[in-house]
Amino acid sequence: MLGMILFVGLIVAFLSPEVISRILGGSSGWVGVLIAAIIGSVSLIPAFVAFPMAKILLDHGAGYMQLAAFVSTLTMVGILTLGLEIKFFGKKFTIWRNVLAFLFALVIAAVVQKVVGNAYL
Amino acid sequence: MRIFKQYRLALIAVALIALTLLFSRDTGLSAVKTVGLSAKEMLLILPPVFIMLGLLDVWVPREAMVRFMGEGSGLLGGLLSWIIGVAAAGPLYVVFPIAAAFMKKGVKFTNILILIGAWSTMKVPMVMFEFSSLGARFALTRLIVNIPVILIMAFILNRVLSSEDKEAINQRAELNG
Repeated sequence: MLGMILFVGLIVAFLSPEVISRILGGSSGWVGVLIAAIIGSVSLIPAFVAFPMAKILLDHGAGYMQLAAFVSTLTMVGILTLGLEIKFFGKKFTIWRNVLAFLFALVIAAVVQKVVGNAYL
Repeated sequence: MRIFKQYRLALIAVALIALTLLFSRDTGLSAVKTVGLSAKEMLLILPPVFIMLGLLDVWVPREAMVRFMGEGSGLLGGLLSWIIGVAAAGPLYVVFPIAAAFMKKGVKFTNILILIGAWSTMKVPMVMFEFSSLGARFALTRLIVNIPVILIMAFILNRVLSSEDKEAINQRAELNG
């Protein structure tokens, strides 16, 4: 657990908002959504850090669909905590739950895009 | 040597952060800050959670848990699981020991799945950050879509796991919960 927290801190520090926003821009489409979903899956960031960070990304041009994918997998998929989940729920459960959560994060992203679109609030 | 092996990942990360600090102070400091916040979250949340789990074990009789959230608890059981999930604070990994403790007390498997789902992505303290950061429209849309998503996920998981799988999970809960 300690190692994970340290690593995530390092990675977050290295990726500047500009770089992330370019990768996850409103025009990055489904590729951006997939990348965002993967980043969210392998991250372990507390909400009070993640959401202000997402706001900064939004201000730098990241798209709503991409951010919705990121927020969804960040909260529902836990690659770094797989070991812990397996310990309590076993391999089959853990793999199914995480795979399903990843796929549904893409669905959620699509719906958010439909509703929120690129209209600024 | 064994201690080194156990903390291999952490040691490598510390070395990398130290190197980063050396070459780029700002990037390094930002890394240290994020680590500090994550560690603080974990240290602040885990002890109370384990105390609560201990109290649950001692104070809440199994019969009560079974009645309100067990087999046959119906809609009320699902609703209760959802309320406990959204009222929670703390990251996803905290819910696993809690869910295991609930299972040990006889809570229905579907309700465990609803608890994990609601906890992971609809908990109120988190959603408040979401509202203020990304706006009401974004947050509300995501929340509303998540209600059916959590239920569908619970339904699918309940389907793909055989009764033997669930029995095995129950036994894990007995061991770890």
